[in-house]
Amino acid sequence: MALTAGFFYLFATLAVFSAVMVIVAKNPVHAVLFLILTFFNAAGLFILLGAEFLAMLLIIVYVGAVSVLFLFVVMMLDVDFAELRAGFIKNAPLGLMVGGILVIELIMVLGFQVLKPGIAAQASVPIVPGASNTAALGRVLYTKYVYFFQGAGLILLVAMIGAIVLTLRHKEGVKRQSIAAQNARTPATAMSVVKVPSGGSMIPDAKPARVPEPVE
Amino acid sequence: MTLASLSPLWPELIVAGAAMLLLMVGVFRPETDNDGEAVGWLAILALIGAGVVIIQQPTASQTLFDNAFVIDGFGRFMKLLVLAGSAVALLLAFDDFRDHKHMKFEYPVLILLATVGMMMMVSASDLISLYLGLELQSLALYVVAAFRRDDVRSSEAGLKYFVLGALSSGMLLYGASLVYGFTGSTSFPVIAGIAKSSVAAGNIGLIFGLVFLMVGIAFKISAVPFHMWTPDVYEGAPTPVTAFFAAAPKIAAMALLCRVTLGAFPGFTAQWQQIIVFLSLASMLLGAFAAIGQTSIKRLMAYSSIANVGFALVGLSAHSAEGTQGVLIFMGVYLVMTLGVFACILSMRRQGGAVDTIDDLAGLSKHNLPMAMTLLVLMFSLAGIPPLAGFFSKWYVFLAAVNANLWLLAVVGVLASVVGAYYYLRIVKIMFFDDAAEPFLPVRAKALAVMAVSVVFVLFFVLPFIGGPIVEAATAAAKTFRY
Repeated sequence: MALTAGFFYLFATLAVFSAVMVIVAKNPVHAVLFLILTFFNAAGLFILLGAEFLAMLLIIVYVGAVSVLFLFVVMMLDVDFAELRAGFIKNAPLGLMVGGILVIELIMVLGFQVLKPGIAAQASVPIVPGASNTAALGRVLYTKYVYFFQGAGLILLVAMIGAIVLTLRHKEGVKRQSIAAQNARTPATAMSVVKVPSGGSMIPDAKPARVPEPVE
Repeated sequence: MTLASLSPLWPELIVAGAAMLLLMVGVFRPETDNDGEAVGWLAILALIGAGVVIIQQPTASQTLFDNAFVIDGFGRFMKLLVLAGSAVALLLAFDDFRDHKHMKFEYPVLILLATVGMMMMVSASDLISLYLGLELQSLALYVVAAFRRDDVRSSEAGLKYFVLGALSSGMLLYGASLVYGFTGSTSFPVIAGIAKSSVAAGNIGLIFGLVFLMVGIAFKISAVPFHMWTPDVYEGAPTPVTAFFAAAPKIAAMALLCRVTLGAFPGFTAQWQQIIVFLSLASMLLGAFAAIGQTSIKRLMAYSSIANVGFALVGLSAHSAEGTQGVLIFMGVYLVMTLGVFACILSMRRQGGAVDTIDDLAGLSKHNLPMAMTLLVLMFSLAGIPPLAGFFSKWYVFLAAVNANLWLLAVVGVLASVVGAYYYLRIVKIMFFDDAAEPFLPVRAKALAVMAVSVVFVLFFVLPFIGGPIVEAATAAAKTFRY
């Protein structure tokens, strides 16, 4: 029990700390990295609650996909964060108001047992006895909901095909790896001996190697 | 669950399996500009195969997956229409896409996946399967609308369709969540049972959910006032894609609307009837008047399809077996006429490329009398002139409305039909009496075949051995629902 409590405080403290750091960090890349740390700690809290499936989803979906996407955006778009922060004081009253409303709503949500006793009993959903929630989900996902599951799979397939059809372009002159062709190279195909006339010069007919453009 | 118990699902499995298999075939074949032709023919074969399986299925109703998927006479009729629409639209795409060097193998694959979505919609008997089918279809349609990605108008069409489609999906989902919240179930039979009971009578939350659900579906059938996207998307998308849009997806969405109103909410007839009557009136009138000023024949067909959806909704609003039968016949005839007209539009080619204004048809009768006659027959049919198929399809829906005492709807429908006749006949006048424009290139075999079949169907629908079986099948299919 003490061990669980210890881990709870560890995860909770780290989660709050890294959440604060997401806002405070000057470097946007650091902010995203702290966001990932927050996700990991939240996943730890979920495991302590016995919700291991949610924890896995959090790691796979949020850490694996969403924050990587954030990192891409932050690194590629070159957003000027100093400019975004410039109006901080000016916007502070509005921010405080929104924050205040959120706090009141949180209090109402968390205080539901005081406001309306007995509602918690309705919220609990019976779980198949003797099965972890991953197994319980798996049982209905592949039996009762198999039709929906496969339908959703087809939708994702369409999304993938669509993204490729609409955006993939094969540029001319881009060299692609062909392992078979590379392995089949022999000295006879890769090399040629040219006879340079004495006093003359030889211009190779192949395209010149690409010169990297100077970095600004 | 064994494999044998999945037998009602065979048509969907065939189409979905073919889509994935053909995707692999396309990926591993050497890439060329027109590598989609062989894949396209195989896709058509898969669609025909699925159709044959549907015809072979036993006539009894069956449900699968806890009522999420239902096979019945109504579903089979609509699925056959959807499969025919997809196959013919795909057939029409070959030549035009080859001209643009853009017959990629992804196109038939996406059409197949959209068809799976449409079949799921037709068979949906659960809010979740409704939504999944709708999204599978829509997502594939957004992509094919923008398929000619280097063309600004095609990209615009895809983007516009996508943004507005996402909005409508959101509304539909909101409605679905309300319906689930107030009935406690996503299954249509359960919802129908609760909606019929005295507890739920006039429940405002349930009505809200129903309204939002219908808004989402009305967008997909492009009923006024949710039609804004239609002319732009029809005009911007590549013409074979427009032919596809005008045919199969409309039928699937109409089937979905029937399932929701007749299958899930028979207890709320008074409420949804009002909505359908309004959508129907607005669609017929706007479709009739807005089409008059159009110069592009693709835009004209967009407004024509809006008006036709209005006519089909007349049948649905009657809420009777007769009315549903009318909807089924109307959609079947609409499918044939639309595909025939688009086969003609795809044949409007000159040396410089395809043209799509109505004035380009000037004096067509002098160069190409058969094509002009084809278009004449189809336009007369769309205008509803007896004894062509278009007359009978309208006859059935209006008769059902009159028998259900919806006089206003029937009168306005006939008036809108007269207004619509003006712009259909204007095309005929331009073709036969205006000074001849530059002739078109010769009609290609595939378009010619589609034109010939549609003209024969439209001309001889009145004969008992062509119209008879279709009317009979529709009558049987309409009995699926209880009224």
